[in-house]
Amino acid sequence: MSRNLSVGTAPRPWLRRLILALVTVLFLFPLLGMLEFTLRQTGGGYGLEHWQALFDPENARKYRAMFRGLGNSLLLALLVLVIVLVLIFPTIVLVHLKFPRLQRGLDLLTILPIAIPAIVMVVGFAPVYRWIGKNISSETWPLFLAYGVLVLPFAYRAIATDLNGVDARTLSEAARSLGANWFTVLLRVIAPNVRRGLLNASLLTIAIVLGEFTVSSLLSRRTFQVGLLQLNQTDPFGAVAMSLLSLIVIFALLVLVGVLTGKPRKVRGGRGAGGAGGVGGAGGAQVAVSPVAPALPGVPVGAAVPDSGPHAGPGPASLPETPHPGGAAAGPASPKEGPHAR
Amino acid sequence: MRRISSALGLMPFAVYILLFLALPTLLAVASGFTNKAGRFTLENFSVYQNPVVWQTFWSSTWLSLLTAVLGAVIGALACWALTGVKKDGWIRRMMDAASSVLAQFGGVMLAFAFMVSIGMQAFITVFLRDKMGVDLYANGNWLYTVPGLVLPYLYFQVPLMIITFLPAMEGLRPQWAEAAATLGGTRRTYWTKVGFPVLAPSFLGALLLLFANAFSSYATAAALISQGSQIVPLQVRAALIGETGASNANSAGVLALGMVVVMAIVMVVYSLLMKKAARWQR
Repeated sequence: MSRNLSVGTAPRPWLRRLILALVTVLFLFPLLGMLEFTLRQTGGGYGLEHWQALFDPENARKYRAMFRGLGNSLLLALLVLVIVLVLIFPTIVLVHLKFPRLQRGLDLLTILPIAIPAIVMVVGFAPVYRWIGKNISSETWPLFLAYGVLVLPFAYRAIATDLNGVDARTLSEAARSLGANWFTVLLRVIAPNVRRGLLNASLLTIAIVLGEFTVSSLLSRRTFQVGLLQLNQTDPFGAVAMSLLSLIVIFALLVLVGVLTGKPRKVRGGRGAGGAGGVGGAGGAQVAVSPVAPALPGVPVGAAVPDSGPHAGPGPASLPETPHPGGAAAGPASPKEGPHAR
Repeated sequence: MRRISSALGLMPFAVYILLFLALPTLLAVASGFTNKAGRFTLENFSVYQNPVVWQTFWSSTWLSLLTAVLGAVIGALACWALTGVKKDGWIRRMMDAASSVLAQFGGVMLAFAFMVSIGMQAFITVFLRDKMGVDLYANGNWLYTVPGLVLPYLYFQVPLMIITFLPAMEGLRPQWAEAAATLGGTRRTYWTKVGFPVLAPSFLGALLLLFANAFSSYATAAALISQGSQIVPLQVRAALIGETGASNANSAGVLALGMVVVMAIVMVVYSLLMKKAARWQR
């Protein structure tokens, strides 16, 4: 990169390559292990036998439970997406525009599902779903209500980070003064400006829902992961092949979104943030970080540590800074633009 | 009037959170303090008189600590290397996408990945045994025990570290390095006097995050370890589904409470560290 960086922060090129190569090998070896395993033929040697079997109608019976689980999980993903886009997103925008004082409370609240382990939540979900099972349905679909809570921290951060980079207040006031109502503002003014955040939130939602196991297995509902574990008893090849396939699909989606949204933003409403964000490169990072992005406007960069795995903490939320509107996009999306924009 | 109607807009979310976050959490905690008949009792805490339970808490703790420390160190090195590549280059893009997939990649599929790549019959195991004379399983089949969880856990800890720590690493301003160099400092003095001290709180914060991550992780262990309950989340499973015959939701509640206490301690320390880290981020 630039000479500046080589002054002393980044490792020398040979060391950099060595580290990255080692990490890549570490990341790849279990995946290659899976690939190798699925290519083993029953009669010895390698071939596509197990992959073909997966989509052979003759085996429909064998894979029925797993495919039904996959169908359930896809339906759940769809329903959770509705929660994210119709319930969580408008609430974030509403709080951002009308109740800035509630912002910190919301930051804290949305970290709770990470601070409370899923296995603990299950203990509490059990009686709730016993009631739902008796009175509404004992099928798998009602799980979407529980899943909405599980994805909340990730969806919230992805959307809020993007929203902080937009001068939403000015935009919405402009729209309102031109006679737009609240729904028009939300749909036609705010949403297009945070499409990156919405896209990231949606992808994460899908990834989390398809991979969820803790809640569904302990509540005895049939999801993709539950089906996979079950299939593993009878046909480990099929189970491993499906796992690998779903991983590759999600990885490809993330790369695709990274590439599509990677271009510098066009200048938009916001002053500081929008402009600074335009300084290229923000794109690629966005994808990775969104799960982790600190939604806290006042807390840029390093403090980004908040969450990402199902595990972050209320940490950053307790920082003293007050959020400032239009403030720099504190997102990891462009970790540097925060400080630099000011 | 306007304000009231805006406030009404918050209602659906509030109701949802109340029903599916607050209520389940309360029910989980309350179940630890009630008996089967629903009366208040402290009897459930007798679970903690059982040394096995303390042992599982200990197993969970060392497993989480070990994978957090290893994951943090490897992840930090990877972040360091990543600061040297172009931000919009393909290496960075791939690493970003891979890290965010893999950080979420707990659970059943991860267990599969390790069963087939370093399990008894796996290609690598067989290759090491037959060609290199290294028998991974000389000391018995450890993959399905607690030490066997270390490698799979690292597999999501390292990407998580990359996602969380990279922004902090990128927050190191080139100007600081320049200033150090102008004053006659070397790479080494830059790191010992500037880099490490500035990054320390973020690093420790990320480490705690990784600890919490491992501590609360259930699915991977559940898929790998089908016999026994060697770590706390598996104890909760056993209590919930009643492996011993009688399901006991109340002792699950008490165990869950123990986990919440550990998580709460971790999170408080974490937030203190983050306050410190924020000093350098202005």
